[in-house]
Amino acid sequence: MNKQLLLGDEAIAQGAIDGGLSGIYAYPGTPSTEIMEYIQGSKQAAELNIHRKWSANEKTAMEAAIGMSYAGKRAMVCFKHVGLNVAADAFINASITGVNGGLVVVSADDPSMHSSQNEQDSRFYAKFAMIPILEPSNQQEAYDMTYHAFELSEKLNVPVLLRITTRLAHSRADVQRKETKKQNGIKLPSNPRQFVLLPAIAKKNYKGLLQQQPAMEEESDKSTFNTFINGKNTDMGIITTGIAYNYLMENYPDRNCPYPVVKISQYPIPRKMVTELYNSCKSLLIIEEGYPIVEDAMKGFMNIGKPIHGRLDGTLPRDGELNPNIVAKALGLSFTEGQPVPDVVKNRPPSLCQGCSHRDVYADLNEAMKDYGTGRVLADIGCYTLGALPPFNAINSCVDMGASITMAKGAADAGLVPAVAVIGDSTFTHSGMTGLLDAVIENTPITIIISDNSTTGMTGGQDSSATGKIVQICQGIGVKPEHIRVITPLKKNHEDNVKVMKEELAYNGVSVIIPQRECIQTAARRKKMEKKQ
Amino acid sequence: MKNDIILAGVGGQGILSIAAAIGMASVNSNLHIKQAEVHGMSQRGGDVQSHLRISDQPIASDLIPAGKTDLIISVEPMEGLRYLPFLAPNGWLVTNTTPFNNIPDYPETDALMGEIKKVKNHVAIDADTIAKEAGSSRASNIVMLGAASLFLDIPFEKIEEGIKQLFGRKGEEIVELNLKALRAGREFSEKNKS
Ligand SMILES: Cc1ncc(C[n+]2csc(CCOP(=O)(O)OP(=O)(O)O)c2C)c(N)n1
Repeated sequence: MNKQLLLGDEAIAQGAIDGGLSGIYAYPGTPSTEIMEYIQGSKQAAELNIHRKWSANEKTAMEAAIGMSYAGKRAMVCFKHVGLNVAADAFINASITGVNGGLVVVSADDPSMHSSQNEQDSRFYAKFAMIPILEPSNQQEAYDMTYHAFELSEKLNVPVLLRITTRLAHSRADVQRKETKKQNGIKLPSNPRQFVLLPAIAKKNYKGLLQQQPAMEEESDKSTFNTFINGKNTDMGIITTGIAYNYLMENYPDRNCPYPVVKISQYPIPRKMVTELYNSCKSLLIIEEGYPIVEDAMKGFMNIGKPIHGRLDGTLPRDGELNPNIVAKALGLSFTEGQPVPDVVKNRPPSLCQGCSHRDVYADLNEAMKDYGTGRVLADIGCYTLGALPPFNAINSCVDMGASITMAKGAADAGLVPAVAVIGDSTFTHSGMTGLLDAVIENTPITIIISDNSTTGMTGGQDSSATGKIVQICQGIGVKPEHIRVITPLKKNHEDNVKVMKEELAYNGVSVIIPQRECIQTAARRKKMEKKQ
Repeated sequence: MKNDIILAGVGGQGILSIAAAIGMASVNSNLHIKQAEVHGMSQRGGDVQSHLRISDQPIASDLIPAGKTDLIISVEPMEGLRYLPFLAPNGWLVTNTTPFNNIPDYPETDALMGEIKKVKNHVAIDADTIAKEAGSSRASNIVMLGAASLFLDIPFEKIEEGIKQLFGRKGEEIVELNLKALRAGREFSEKNKS
């Protein structure tokens, strides 16, 4: 088979298809989105009839995957790092149930927060759940690891976390494929109570998980993804995790690093390898893309052993993504610097597209809010978050998906009336609906604007579960029909729309305004597709 | 042989089509390649860049170290300057002169051209006009690729081949148009490299 030029995300997707995948469940989020998109676009996946539709959120995705595993088949879940927070309840408990068909969870971290609210390190979650992690250092490993991950999961009877970061997810390199494995058939768990986490059963399962820990460690020590590379100069030993290995090697063009290196790509931390390194070297340098997790473990709370350097003592920056020069500095090597950026170069922040419906919504809202003053608009995550920037300066919060409605409720409970929520259609069905129910039950005086562009815009225009359903959902949850107002956000409707908003702001209860106009990017793509057909 | 390239532009300008063409040519030349792209938030009209590394040896890092870039290809005049910290002392800046102005404080053309001229090795090309002359302003990125191709260690025929592969599905006419744009860009660099 020929080599293919694949993004890290695509390598994972192809590795899963070839590894016997029966279903992928995911909610979009940078930098994980392209995994599902690749499988959706794959002819092979269509022929193999692999389930490949977006889920409403990461929790529903995780649970559906557990269900597929329960039925004996191999399933994969994908999301960005903060998606793992949403899926955490299901994720942690899946380590207690164990698996039937192999279950792989891909969480894509975003150090330096290129497109995220934080740079949390998903490896913490795997330690919390006491399950193995695979952390590829390049696209080929991303493919190979995913290919093997389902078997590892089945062998150890736990989900396996595949942790990647933005740089690998969105970088392309050539990948050599393997033969496609057959999918599992339907097969119920041999123990019918395996997935019934009643306390009596959960206790037993949990003991089983604890007993599995040495086997997981042994897998790590044996794993071909972890390597001990000898070096003559034992003044220092180096541990790298994931893609940090590449930045180390970039500084030794002929791969002649003088120090012994342990390259970790599978966890639990391979105890034998790192112990040997520690015992044979005078000090350690730990290079991790993410939080100083291995470093912390090696140091221990008392830090009474040999000197251990890394992110915690300032040898490497405490936050942000690594790069070759940062690592050169830590190694005490010389490095090059180009010319400074000239002063004429100005910042070019992302902005709402010209013609975007959110622009009109904010023009309307800013006008309608004039009498109430600023500071009352709690918003959410999506393209519309760019309304926080000039020229709109229209919103006052963006915390986590779904938080607009619930924060507006809390603010109104505190006496900030009226309080306004701004939320996108996909975010609404992701995790806004339950918050709306809270508000309806108390008839809290908030005005909710569901800015419906009928797509998941921010992440590139994936189908939105909400499309065509928002009015019915709001009615079903109990919003009074006369306070569900659908408007069309266009310049020519400005005055009418402001009037509607003012009316609902004045209403002392829950109201929902739904400005509805398709995302111009999605519309353009749709028209192009229709023309082709 | 090793070429470290940064592609610079604004989200939506399609810098990845240039990367794809070089990538195709590299694969056809049996070279190793790593290409780090920007997806996500910045694609909404913000500054975007791609690190493209090709080599006959295996490549370690997806990112090019600062001060080591052989070639910056910028599809608009301000964005190339943003990556000067990455440019090697003898590296080339090949930049389009047609601005993409979507911010209130976008600099004056003269100020930008002044800074571009300060870069020791540069080619400043009006790719949009040349593309129009070749048949379509939409081929301006291919003009840029042609202009930059002079500074790549990949045979020009391999790049032409890449273009044929990339546009083959769209028909002979489109392929010819893009080949014309490619050659026009190349010719400009041959005449104007300074
Ligand atoms: C828990 C979580 N999952 C996923 C994301 C990534 N993400 C950010 S905004 C967004 C969807 C936005 O869609 P929508 O609400 O319809 O607004 P639009 O961007 O279309 O305006 C997604 C998926 C995230 N930030 N947090």
